[in-house]
Amino acid sequence: MSARTAPTPAQAARPVRWRRPVNTALRYLLLTVILIFAVFPFIWTLAIALTDKTAGTSIYAFPQSLLPSRVTLNNFTDVFRTFSLAKYLLNSVIITALTVVGTLLVSALAAYPLARFRFPGRGVLFGLIVATLVLPSETTFIVNTLTLKNLGLLGTHAGVVLPTIAGAFGIFLMRQAFLAIPAALLEAARLDGASELLILTRIMLPLTRPSLAALGIFTTVTTWNAYFWPMLVLSGAPDKAPLAVAVLKLKGQFNYDPFNIAAGSIIMMLPVLLVFLAAQRLFLRGMEGAVK
Amino acid sequence: MPHWRQTLMSYTFLAPALILLAVFTFYPLLYGAYLGFTEYNGARFANNLPPQWVGVKNFETVLSDPLFRTALGNSVKYLLVVPALQLASLAVAVLVAKNLPGIAVFRAAYYIPVITSVSLAAVMWEWVFNREGTLNWLLGALHLTTPEAAFGWLNSEQWAFWAVMLVTFWRGFGYYMVLYLAGLQAIPEELEEAAILDGANAWQRFWSVTVPLMRPTILLCTLLSTIAALRVLEEVLVLTNGGPLNSTYTALMYVYAKAFQGFDFDYGLASAAGLIVALVALLLSALNFRLFHRDGEQA
Repeated sequence: MSARTAPTPAQAARPVRWRRPVNTALRYLLLTVILIFAVFPFIWTLAIALTDKTAGTSIYAFPQSLLPSRVTLNNFTDVFRTFSLAKYLLNSVIITALTVVGTLLVSALAAYPLARFRFPGRGVLFGLIVATLVLPSETTFIVNTLTLKNLGLLGTHAGVVLPTIAGAFGIFLMRQAFLAIPAALLEAARLDGASELLILTRIMLPLTRPSLAALGIFTTVTTWNAYFWPMLVLSGAPDKAPLAVAVLKLKGQFNYDPFNIAAGSIIMMLPVLLVFLAAQRLFLRGMEGAVK
Repeated sequence: MPHWRQTLMSYTFLAPALILLAVFTFYPLLYGAYLGFTEYNGARFANNLPPQWVGVKNFETVLSDPLFRTALGNSVKYLLVVPALQLASLAVAVLVAKNLPGIAVFRAAYYIPVITSVSLAAVMWEWVFNREGTLNWLLGALHLTTPEAAFGWLNSEQWAFWAVMLVTFWRGFGYYMVLYLAGLQAIPEELEEAAILDGANAWQRFWSVTVPLMRPTILLCTLLSTIAALRVLEEVLVLTNGGPLNSTYTALMYVYAKAFQGFDFDYGLASAAGLIVALVALLLSALNFRLFHRDGEQA
């Protein structure tokens, strides 16, 4: 808002000199209030996780509990010991890794012909895939559970993963990426006698690495955090549950220990937070792509 | 490459995606719709008996079930989160759109709740809503309540619903903020400058430049959050499990509970309830579209 232009009535009417710094200060104040709203639960959880519980402090002693007087990492080792956190962490890693690899593979394979070839049925297939974004899906989880039971996959990691890896978002994202690659590059490779699979793996995939990374990160975060579907599929196999499901079971246990739960929560949040902070741009771009 | 080979190759590459989509997306959509008109439960499934066609009986049962009416009512009431969420995230997007020092930190921080698992949100917010939790402490510090009058928000029949909604709001506003931010940044600066030259103040510029140009984004975000609000399930499941006294019981929770809780796993009835929710979702989308698309073309 520069005052260099001719003063209009609206501008002339207000004292500009003090207005700007006050405006900026107010802006930051507002930003900070929203910031506290957004991250307060994390800050508090972190404070609880770091509190030495042997000192006999209550997590609800405000505002002291936000700044623990005696800091310790014992809660973290404790939660590994008493809750077999390692097992649930491993389950989360397995489910997430399988889902990410599967999603990238299936999406890239499907997107390649959709982007680069003409074949009968292409328009219909692409339409069907896009339609999955808006189709009412309220009953799918019922039938999918029955299907998994019939296939003997209920209560397995494969049962959690398989229904989630073919999705419109991944196929769409990879198709857009493949469309952006110049056709001349593919023609040259074909003249050299390269097979389509070779072109896909040696030319297309390396050139679309940013999109693959975005899809991978996006899938990692959503899979790591997923609650409802893994809870449903693994309800009969609690030992195979990922951390997102187990953490609530821990909370419900009779030896409920808020310090350990807080430590477990921080451990669960940390990978996602690091991935997000490291790849913010890719992540947010991927998310915008998801709704376009 | 001959045409038939190209076709063959295309379908080979597409096969994994198509098979998975067919089995886990299209088949359950169709079969789920069919199940809504049948009698089918855990016992029939276990004994390999096929679903039995019963017409609209399930729909009659569901619609006359007081629990479902409560649930659907709650889901519709949950839509109140939509205007709050959209206004707030648009306002926050405007607030962070301007390039101030350190603004990137705020943008990133606002997005963190979005990448938080619903189970962690449940753990953390339970401490906030607890009788001895932060919310009561804050209200006490502001002299709005006394420690004696404090109560656990998630255990209150009157307040649990709004507490759950606040968590939905918390997890959602960063998401829509990013979408609005993308929309804002696509607005050409000249338009804004022209409006300044015309003497429009910030408020006038917002209403006559920003909002009309943002109409497609506003439509998209409202649509997304309407559907999400109607389908809310996870927050309720992890925070209150529908209680206290069904005050937070939602329509999709009814679908889940009929199919997987209780004794007879009534898949037919659950599917019918799911279809009703889906129908309401479709209607709301259509309504949304009409409301916002009316004169969208002029923009």
